[in-house]
Amino acid sequence: MQIKQTEQTYSYEEIARAVRYDVIDMIFRAEMGHPGSSLSCVEILVALYFGGILRVDPDNPDWPERDRFVLSKGHASPTLYSVLSRRGFFPRELLSTFRKTGSILTAYPDMSTPGIDMESGSLGNGLSTAVGIAMSSRIRKLDNYVYVVMGDGEQQEGLIWEGAMSAAHHHLDHIIAFVDRNRLQITGTVEQVMRISPLEEKWRSFGWNVQTIDGHSFDEIFAAVEAAKAHRGSPSVIIADTVKGKGVSFMENELSWHRREITPEEYRQAMEEIHAPEELI
Amino acid sequence: MSNLPVRMIFGQEVIRLADEFDYIAVCGDTKCCSFEDFGSLYPERQVSIGIAEQNMLGVASGLASCGHKVVLSTYSTFITLRACEQLRTYICHPKQNVLVMGTHSGLQSGSEGVSHTAIEDIAILRAIPNMTIIQPSDGVSARILARKALEFNGPLYVRLPFDAVDDINCPDTYQVEIGKANWIKRDGRDVTLIATGILLMRALKAAQLLEQEGIHAQVMEIHTLKPLDREAVLQAASETGAIVTIEDHSVVGGLGGAVAEVLAVERPTPMRFIGIQDCFARSGDAEALYRANRMTAADIVAAAKDLVEAKKCR
Repeated sequence: MQIKQTEQTYSYEEIARAVRYDVIDMIFRAEMGHPGSSLSCVEILVALYFGGILRVDPDNPDWPERDRFVLSKGHASPTLYSVLSRRGFFPRELLSTFRKTGSILTAYPDMSTPGIDMESGSLGNGLSTAVGIAMSSRIRKLDNYVYVVMGDGEQQEGLIWEGAMSAAHHHLDHIIAFVDRNRLQITGTVEQVMRISPLEEKWRSFGWNVQTIDGHSFDEIFAAVEAAKAHRGSPSVIIADTVKGKGVSFMENELSWHRREITPEEYRQAMEEIHAPEELI
Repeated sequence: MSNLPVRMIFGQEVIRLADEFDYIAVCGDTKCCSFEDFGSLYPERQVSIGIAEQNMLGVASGLASCGHKVVLSTYSTFITLRACEQLRTYICHPKQNVLVMGTHSGLQSGSEGVSHTAIEDIAILRAIPNMTIIQPSDGVSARILARKALEFNGPLYVRLPFDAVDDINCPDTYQVEIGKANWIKRDGRDVTLIATGILLMRALKAAQLLEQEGIHAQVMEIHTLKPLDREAVLQAASETGAIVTIEDHSVVGGLGGAVAEVLAVERPTPMRFIGIQDCFARSGDAEALYRANRMTAADIVAAAKDLVEAKKCR
């Protein structure tokens, strides 16, 4: 599969490798971050930003009619910063300043950073803000979409469901939300810590259009977004089954990699496995 | 006496100005200040959220991020306690243009009791960067501040009391500039009474009583609790060297704290604090609650005399 809307010839899979390279590099240099949570949503963000889904203009990041993106699971900020820099919202050199004093690349997304549409970090808040954004578009008669990426642990926050109820009540069919269902949270599996299943039924009962996909399959992500856009009258949620730490064998499904620093040896091994295209790093 | 409670005068004025100021309302399901009528008057400019304050503030943040001025109202406790994080991180940090009307502040809420009465809202919000906090002292100032609040750009909290009060300010001459203190009684060099909100009336009453005893008190109104008019406070301290702060709020972290923070560094000055004595509100008669917390005009007089006596001993 080739990139749409750009003249590059890299596949989405190659771009995803390059983004994973950035994620590991940023967290290694910052000596702290959330590798597992950042790696599980790489394909979703690459699809949104490189697959022609999000209508955004890096040269005019405040373009009022742009689609919006809300990273409700703000601890995956390295992934977002990587795709934003690779789309040209800010120079890639800045990635090495992640979490450092004075950097615009704060631990969690900050609206003063080019390309960041909404504050984030504290879990459970993104969907409510997306409701406000979608209401604004309705009031202004704009046809833009707002995309949200939530975590699955985050589904335990009550505010998620206040947001879900209000989006359905107001028939906000221009909200397309993802749940990055990697099934792990910081102290255990989501089902052990606080059961959220049956997740599809919960969202359906709140009045949402629900799809479940393989969150690492670009084909499935594109198809689900297309179906969500075709759906009218209620918001859509795409529950994306993912692997926490995806792309680095020793991080995959490994609880300790939710939040951790990376040692030089782990860094070397991770980069070897990721094997990003030379020209993209 | 204005016929309406101050909160309703403010809410109705915001609605009255709706054609002049292009704002969107996010409506929770409370009847708190008449602003809840906005939705039926301007259905295309309101978002109904129901009983979900965190969502209400989150939705407000989303709307404001798209460039709207957003107005919302509910009980102050529900905003400053339940939805405090949404206000702090999603509205104040990115300096979003949201006007928050918080009602049922102070013991004047009377029988509403602990869950519905805000006694610590100023203390909470004063600690949040980028926040501006204002409070009318009567119906006259409520009307003028409503316009100022709509003209304002940024996170703004308006603290509104429960009941009707006598008008003390003159509609023809009363002026307000957010961030500037108002001198209500400028003469007097013995003591300064610095009041905020509806207790300004008690401060004026206390000044009259003090005058009868030969003590000349200045009276200053602080309608903007943050940013505090530091220069005015320092001016008062230099003129009288004795300051009583008066507020329908906890003595912890409110007006008294704000004034003390300035004076402690710039010009240490003896002070007394009139306010809620670090205890929860209770259900009951407002006046009885004020008495229990030593917040009557007589209590202000006693505090002022105490300071004046202390000055003599220095």
